Amino acid sequence: MSAPGLDPTFSDLPHRRLGEVALSRAQELGASHADFRFERNRYQYLGARDGVLQTASDAEDLGFAVRVVHQGAWGFASGVVLTDEEARRVAETAVAVARVAAAMTTTPVELAPEPVHDDVTWISGYDVDPLDVPTRDKSALLVDWTERLRAGSAVAHATAFLQQVQENKYYADLSGTRTTQQRVRLQPGFEATGEDAETGIFDSMASIAPPAGRGWEYLTDGHWDWDAEIAEVPELLAEKLKAPSVEAGTYDLVVHPSNLWLTIHESIGHATELDRALGYEANYAGTSFATYDKLGTLQYGSPVMNVRGDRTQEHGLATVGYDDEGVQTQAWDIVRDGVLVGYQLDRSMGHLKPELNEGRSNGCAYADSPGHIPIQRMANVSLVPGTDGLSTDDLVSRVERGIYVVGDKSWSIDMQRFNFQFTGQRFYKITDGRLDGMLRDVAYQATTTDFWGSMEAVGGQDTWLLGGAFNCGKAQPGQVAAVSHGCPTALFRGVNILNTMDEAGR
Amino acid sequence: MTISARTTAQQLVEHALATSSADDCIAIVRDVTSANLRWANNTLTTNGVMTEMSVTVVSFVAVDGGTATGSVSGSASTTEQVTAIVEAADAAARAGSPAEDAAELVGDVASPDWDLEPETTDIGVYDAFAPALGEAFVEATAERRLLYGFVNHDVTTTYLGSSRGLRLRHVQPTGHYACTGKDDALTRSAWTGGATRDFRDVDAAAMAATVKQRLGWAERRVELPAGRYDTILPPSSVADLMIDAYWGAGARVAHEGESVYSRRGGGTRIGDKVAAPGVSLFSDPAYAGLECAPFVVTGASDNTDSVFDNGLPLERTDWIRDGLLTGLIQTRHSAGMTGQPVTPMIDNLVLEIGDGAGTVDDLVAGTQRGLLLTCLWYIREVDPQSMLLTGLTRDGVYVVEDGEIVGAANNFRWNESPIDLLNRFTAATDTVPSFSREWGDDYFSRTATPALRVPDFNMSSVSQGV
Repeated sequence: MSAPGLDPTFSDLPHRRLGEVALSRAQELGASHADFRFERNRYQYLGARDGVLQTASDAEDLGFAVRVVHQGAWGFASGVVLTDEEARRVAETAVAVARVAAAMTTTPVELAPEPVHDDVTWISGYDVDPLDVPTRDKSALLVDWTERLRAGSAVAHATAFLQQVQENKYYADLSGTRTTQQRVRLQPGFEATGEDAETGIFDSMASIAPPAGRGWEYLTDGHWDWDAEIAEVPELLAEKLKAPSVEAGTYDLVVHPSNLWLTIHESIGHATELDRALGYEANYAGTSFATYDKLGTLQYGSPVMNVRGDRTQEHGLATVGYDDEGVQTQAWDIVRDGVLVGYQLDRSMGHLKPELNEGRSNGCAYADSPGHIPIQRMANVSLVPGTDGLSTDDLVSRVERGIYVVGDKSWSIDMQRFNFQFTGQRFYKITDGRLDGMLRDVAYQATTTDFWGSMEAVGGQDTWLLGGAFNCGKAQPGQVAAVSHGCPTALFRGVNILNTMDEAGR
Repeated sequence: MTISARTTAQQLVEHALATSSADDCIAIVRDVTSANLRWANNTLTTNGVMTEMSVTVVSFVAVDGGTATGSVSGSASTTEQVTAIVEAADAAARAGSPAEDAAELVGDVASPDWDLEPETTDIGVYDAFAPALGEAFVEATAERRLLYGFVNHDVTTTYLGSSRGLRLRHVQPTGHYACTGKDDALTRSAWTGGATRDFRDVDAAAMAATVKQRLGWAERRVELPAGRYDTILPPSSVADLMIDAYWGAGARVAHEGESVYSRRGGGTRIGDKVAAPGVSLFSDPAYAGLECAPFVVTGASDNTDSVFDNGLPLERTDWIRDGLLTGLIQTRHSAGMTGQPVTPMIDNLVLEIGDGAGTVDDLVAGTQRGLLLTCLWYIREVDPQSMLLTGLTRDGVYVVEDGEIVGAANNFRWNESPIDLLNRFTAATDTVPSFSREWGDDYFSRTATPALRVPDFNMSSVSQGV
């Protein structure tokens, strides 16, 4: 199958003309920098419950934004009316906002330099845009999933969903960069819920399939064995409902990538955003314990810990050719042999720390809609697999008393990324190097550097899986971004395990 | 593309209804303007003025076995764009299967202000606030404090029209402010924030002064271990927790055995005692200061919303009355399943305690030894059966001794259920306007809650975060 081309319904929109009008007007008004972003984002969400399609909605977000630096202050405005007159008005509003902002701007805005990218086009790696697949076919698939799940004796109710996104962006700035991009992503999922008649306990078991920067082929060509997972989830739920409640205490953990990606996201991904480390998210998402003075010295984790930021990862949810400041995307080290060695940057952060990345942004600016200003967002941040090819069984075999954690569920971490607590979908007791039945009511709680410092071994490439999230939140006004995190299975020693029923006082 | 910037919202609605070839059609037009300022390290960082116009069309088509629906939304300001949305919605409905929540559409209700233009906001809403904020930066810099914060104001005008005669309009102003302060060594942190409708009641100097006062409280630092503490939850923290309790109150999920509001063996706990006597939790579109849409507007169906319910009138709904669970979030569809009244979701929430009186200061004065929180953060559900939530304290945990604040403690991770808290609290204040730190910015800013004192709040572990 040939690679998809740029969607002609986007190409036909007047983005280039409006961009020239807006940039010209901003320049006339004295902007030292101006960029224009025109976006069309298409979404479809389908949701089924118990054999019935419950939710089906299509949405499209179309508009443009003008961002300026005027007399050292930012100004931003956006609009949705696609006329030359409106492009001029939005540019004028952006400059007017900058004038208001100037009185409160005590540190003039400057941007790290970036080469000009002259009219380049980038399209993500996928075969079939899921939005081109008939809704009826997708609905039938989800309904079928719920019916098959409900066939399990332990399952009282079943849900399934499919979120799909097609994102088109055109970027232009006064320096001459022009980029046009298109990417597709989707997130399928399902969950079965049941109750144990004897105890009255209810619980659920969800798919551990990750969202992906792929097309409809993710559902059809064997990237994930949906049929096998649907067949096993009812049995897994039945076992979970009968499982003993965990005894709180200290355990060794073997963590599957379907769970560990989220721990990476919260305790490494967000902690190594330079805007957070420098205080620019202090009022909302928080700062970071990994402050800039610790670069090159902070022992983030054990020597087997190597983490890379990568906005070029194939099929990654944060993968793009050029970011929303016209920066060509890159890959770089964040943690090397357990030591903090890098941060995620946008152009303003790159300017503040010119000794990083040779004074250039590493391409982490992103806005989730034409109505929002680009901010520094996360690259795909991944844990590098080990070179000695350890399997999950190898890791389990090293544990005398421990727990094997599979799938994500609840997550929470403090505003400096020290203290976290995670649960999961499935927990297996490990006794003398072997899995020994399921446990319930498990949460693991740790401090970031203690946890990563306790990582004794990482699995090989065969255990590596690219997980991720569709809706990572940050900034004010709030924005969401999709991001992937790859990791192998990994072994951690001496982690604090809570019993969640005890925590609830039950 | 032809356009017309002058095409009105009402014309877009009428065009959608006239263009649709479905059996029935609902058109929702939202005109949104917003303006924001954001700052950090005593300087403005980002800002913006945004305008949006979106159109949602829900088409209804009779098919074998019932009525199918199609829902399509998009940015639109021209009739041509609306035509494309209508055609997509009609096609989606024709390709769809019968909706389980099908019900008679609401008809023939009109707002007297239907013909009015959208109301808007712009950067001028900060004409008084912005200069005062600039002065606060100067003072903070001189006194070696750092200020971080955000203000946002938006006005959404919603037009809801239908082929059955609905012509409803609602104007919703929403605003909020927040400011975090730190000492320049970054060892102390304080926060204040709240909601507003128009920023006329927000004083940047007063905001900065509150942060300064709280940083002063933290000059003495006390290290405390994890454990259960006599804890005063201010109204903002109570709002955080009550929003979760409200969002988790879907009737269908409860009826089907999947929430804290489910009765073991089947059905909901409506009629059961779920909180202490005197506890009332309710929503009311007309509540003074928290006014919100008095009718249902929704573009898609799910467990707690039904497109067939668009236009249903909303009125005060008691969720908990005098400790008894009296209502859950119901569509007409779920009401049919549960045999309960139709009580759709409403965009505000009020908690009142029968004998609550006084202020947070009064609770502090009446506490021998305990903690006063500022706000909660990163709240997530751990166990739906008990509605066990986890989260962190943030930006100020103050130590109270003999009725006075004597210093600040470290932060904690906590694990608690809001439903349990409504049974265990030992004192409450008057209900006042509040603002959820966790959910207020983006999702749910219209709350009024009291402060509560909980004698054994579960601080599960220490957080080193400041």
